[in-house]
Amino acid sequence: MTEFLKRLLRTPQGAIGLVLVLLVLIVVIFGPSLAPHDPESLKPLARYKGMSAAYWLGTDQYGRDIFSRLLIGARATVTMAVLATVVGTLAGAVIGTTSAFLGGRADEVIMRTIDAVMSIPSLLFALLIVNLLGSSTANALVAVAIAFAPGMARITRSVALSVRKQDYVSAAIARGESASYIVMREMLPNVIAPIIVEMTIRVSFAVMLFATLSFLGLGAQPPAAEWGLMVSEARRYMHLSAGILVWPSIAIALVAIGFNLLGDGLRDALNPRT
Amino acid sequence: MSASYILKRLMMIVYTLLVVSLIVFAITQILPADAAVMMLGENATDEALEALRQSMGLNAPIWMQYGQWLGHLLQGDFGHSLRTGQAIGPVMFEALGRSMLLAVLSIGLMLVIAVPLGIIAAIRRGRIADMLVSLVSYIGVSLPEFVTATIAVLVFADLMAWLPPTGYVPLTENFADGLAHLVLPVCVISIILIAHVSRMVRSELVDVLHSDYIRAARMKGLSSGTVLRRHALRNALLPTITIVALDVGYLLGGVIVVEEIFAIPGIGRQLIVAIQARDLPSIQAGVLIMAATYSIVNFAADILYAWLDKRIQYD
Repeated sequence: MTEFLKRLLRTPQGAIGLVLVLLVLIVVIFGPSLAPHDPESLKPLARYKGMSAAYWLGTDQYGRDIFSRLLIGARATVTMAVLATVVGTLAGAVIGTTSAFLGGRADEVIMRTIDAVMSIPSLLFALLIVNLLGSSTANALVAVAIAFAPGMARITRSVALSVRKQDYVSAAIARGESASYIVMREMLPNVIAPIIVEMTIRVSFAVMLFATLSFLGLGAQPPAAEWGLMVSEARRYMHLSAGILVWPSIAIALVAIGFNLLGDGLRDALNPRT
Repeated sequence: MSASYILKRLMMIVYTLLVVSLIVFAITQILPADAAVMMLGENATDEALEALRQSMGLNAPIWMQYGQWLGHLLQGDFGHSLRTGQAIGPVMFEALGRSMLLAVLSIGLMLVIAVPLGIIAAIRRGRIADMLVSLVSYIGVSLPEFVTATIAVLVFADLMAWLPPTGYVPLTENFADGLAHLVLPVCVISIILIAHVSRMVRSELVDVLHSDYIRAARMKGLSSGTVLRRHALRNALLPTITIVALDVGYLLGGVIVVEEIFAIPGIGRQLIVAIQARDLPSIQAGVLIMAATYSIVNFAADILYAWLDKRIQYD
């Protein structure tokens, strides 16, 4: 484990990504207690303030502290994105492994159907499902999870297929290893690794997808401090104070960059050859 | 590339559209919206509603409704919008045309920028140019379209007043004005694509440059420029075709957001309006057209790839 961590930290992507993701994690866990102001208290006299000692990132159109809103909003945006990705990945992994296990005709039909589902853009799919279930954060989670499942199924299947054919699996069988040893020590580590890499990168997509749904008015609802919603609300007032727009944008970008970098770093660390 | 391969790919498109039509039909059937109530309004009498349902075939079993809908589709009849009463087909295809203009310009701009960036990064691997390209592409991948679009409007339309903020002017009506309205949307859509494709071109080219035949070409004494142009680029750029085709799925999603923000009457905006108004026939038509576009583009990419690949083998 320490060996792996060392390898991860040796790549610049891995090191920066890990730091960013840890930072996001801290904000998600301790954000509400760190917030210097009440994120929903309106101060009509302190609207559109710039950066100051009292309001680190300034205030928005209702005089709410932007920094506090970002700290609180991390939970809505990031937790939901991670949850949706995990759920979507699990569903996709089950479908993909089943397809690889069944093989033959069944595999062909399942994969062609997955391809067909993937011809609907995931944002459009999410929009349809949210519209069907009603606009709320929980429904947005389901929508993003369903939108992600086909892609993950495809990846899991290809990994499971190639792992089953690997020489080291045949070698382990020839050595007379037990089935559980082969599955646990030879196959599982090689199936899980690429999926975790893919999952990490997809969290950044999920963050953006969630924010986009909220932006379009189909995710979190006002006065929630969801970052996409903050950008959406800022549009009407952005010419009065650019900060309202810029800070939540940076927050979304930082989280997405963090998970992207961490995913790439993990991939390099797990694949020492390349 | 054999005829049977093309036939198989065509069958896949048919299957894709069939699956998508089933999904879309299922989703729109579960949607809590009654087409008859939507057309006649909340205050309509029960008798009037019942008569309309009867005439629209809404009382028939679901599978029969699906069959009827599919039958009309095969004749090119997408039905009529519940919102406007207009025939959906012409409206959607006109909107698709505008979206295609947006998409084609964006892909063009992306190729012009992303391919050279990827090549530079691969040749200068590990140096400052490579790091810069990586940094820019990470930022590009991490900014959702609605953020870049909003910031672009703030900077270039509100603050600098260089470009119109939103709206659409047909190129045939006023070419210069129409083009000016397209600049921001095209740039916004291109950003994520540029980031993605330049990274792919870089990693493909890095792989190719490490391959045996490139080493052989170098050992033959060819200049590095010749090795790059004659040997490396051909193989490194081929997969770009597939990547760009797959990115079309992402592009279609991006088009929805960008058209909404810039008020471009393309298919994405039609879909958003239809979804918000629960205009079921329009939703069904829009999603199907998008899925068909994606399938056809990927089919074309596969054919093109197979064709180019064969030529390289015989070259």
